[in-house]
Amino acid sequence: MFRDAALMAGKDLRIELRSRVALNQILPVAVLILLLFGFALDPDSPVLTRATPGLFWVTVLFVTVMAVERSFSLEAADGVRDALRLSGLHPGGIFLGKLAALAVQLAAVQVVLLAGVMVLFGRELAGHLLLVATAVAATAGIAAAGTLYGVLAAGLRVRETLLPLLLLPVLAPVLIAATRAFETALDGVPSDGWPWFNLLAVFALTYTGFGILAFGPLLEDS
Amino acid sequence: MTTPHSSLSSTGPSSTGSAATRTLGIVCLAAMALLVFLAFVASPRDAVQGDLVRLLYIHPALAWTAYLACFVAFGASIWHLAKRTEASDVLAHSAVEVGAVLTALTLATGSIWGRPTWGVYWVWDARLTSTAMLLLLLLGYLALHRIDAAPEVRSRRAAVVGVLLVPNVVLVHQSVEWWRTLHQDPTLARRDFDFATSDLFMFTLVYSVVVMTLVFTWLLIHRFRVGWLALQADELWLDAAIEARRSEAETEADTEPEPVASTPEGGTP
Repeated sequence: MFRDAALMAGKDLRIELRSRVALNQILPVAVLILLLFGFALDPDSPVLTRATPGLFWVTVLFVTVMAVERSFSLEAADGVRDALRLSGLHPGGIFLGKLAALAVQLAAVQVVLLAGVMVLFGRELAGHLLLVATAVAATAGIAAAGTLYGVLAAGLRVRETLLPLLLLPVLAPVLIAATRAFETALDGVPSDGWPWFNLLAVFALTYTGFGILAFGPLLEDS
Repeated sequence: MTTPHSSLSSTGPSSTGSAATRTLGIVCLAAMALLVFLAFVASPRDAVQGDLVRLLYIHPALAWTAYLACFVAFGASIWHLAKRTEASDVLAHSAVEVGAVLTALTLATGSIWGRPTWGVYWVWDARLTSTAMLLLLLLGYLALHRIDAAPEVRSRRAAVVGVLLVPNVVLVHQSVEWWRTLHQDPTLARRDFDFATSDLFMFTLVYSVVVMTLVFTWLLIHRFRVGWLALQADELWLDAAIEARRSEAETEADTEPEPVASTPEGGTP
């Protein structure tokens, strides 16, 4: 299963490297959202500094919807899904592979966004260990839920509108937990943030486990 | 109702009522009447909340049945993923639909109670937010169940969302607990009602939960039957269409020796 996952992730990332959709479209949109928050909340006001963790994760969620769309539009071409079904790859492996490729892209976006909030919002980074741990756990959870809901909406004519409606409420716990953990890390009291990290880890494990189980039947009729 | 479809009627209902549900309906009506009497006539005004306390005879009961609906949908969805029966899909869909209405009513009654008590219709209270999120999840399920796809595809995908309903409610609820410890919210403290002050208050509260559970059961059974009959009607329509096509092909075969199976959809001779 893990060998299949590596194959799948490699395929998705190679397509991304060659097509540069993530780099040329998704990443600029993420930075654009940060700039819009700046315009809306007035760059000089302390609100922007205080709201940084929330704005950061809201931006990540918006980007996730686009990245999931992109991840499954790769498989939308004629016959690709049939080929995937006939390839003999383990469905759980396909799920993990797509999850990994999505997580790598989201992680790259987050690095740029963190640099963005440092420069644009004037926020100093503190509590590095908690920041990194939160980002890893949250990214895993977001990618797992994103991949699962991506295949749920795949192949439907209404997928662009259906995906955010299904995915964003499900990601609400991640938004809450990741925002609180970032807040405590940036405020310099990381010890308060670790329970939030635990929630993120439970979320990621739940969705990854369920995704591995459910991906086969979903792929069958997508 | 005309003759029920043979392949379906053996395992499902053929009308929306039966002696049992009619009895249940009458019991529900009588129980509701007693609840109205207890809530508006028998029980006294609250010293602090005044007549507003009467809203609490319906609001927690609505919230409880909304959660119950989610658990029914969860169970039915697992059943559907395991056995892929039509009944499990109809049951899950019915539970989610009734649950969405109950969740919306929970939010509405809560807001009506909150305006005079807290001074606002909406607070970013942990419980309110998680309930609103639950409503969105249920609406997502209903949207997915309404997509333009083959019935099996639709049902299976909706079942996956149905299974995810409960873990997500638990997760949101858990985050709520942690949220409360970090951010002390005075509005939540008011939920610790002092039940010892009035035995009748406590009795009516518990009784309302029992009544609403009965009403929920009645609604669910009827919604399930309507869903089942809709399925049956679809199958009957399909059977009629196939029959019409076949007789059309036979008359064509009588007049000219053409292959029978290649008659296109809606084709005229």
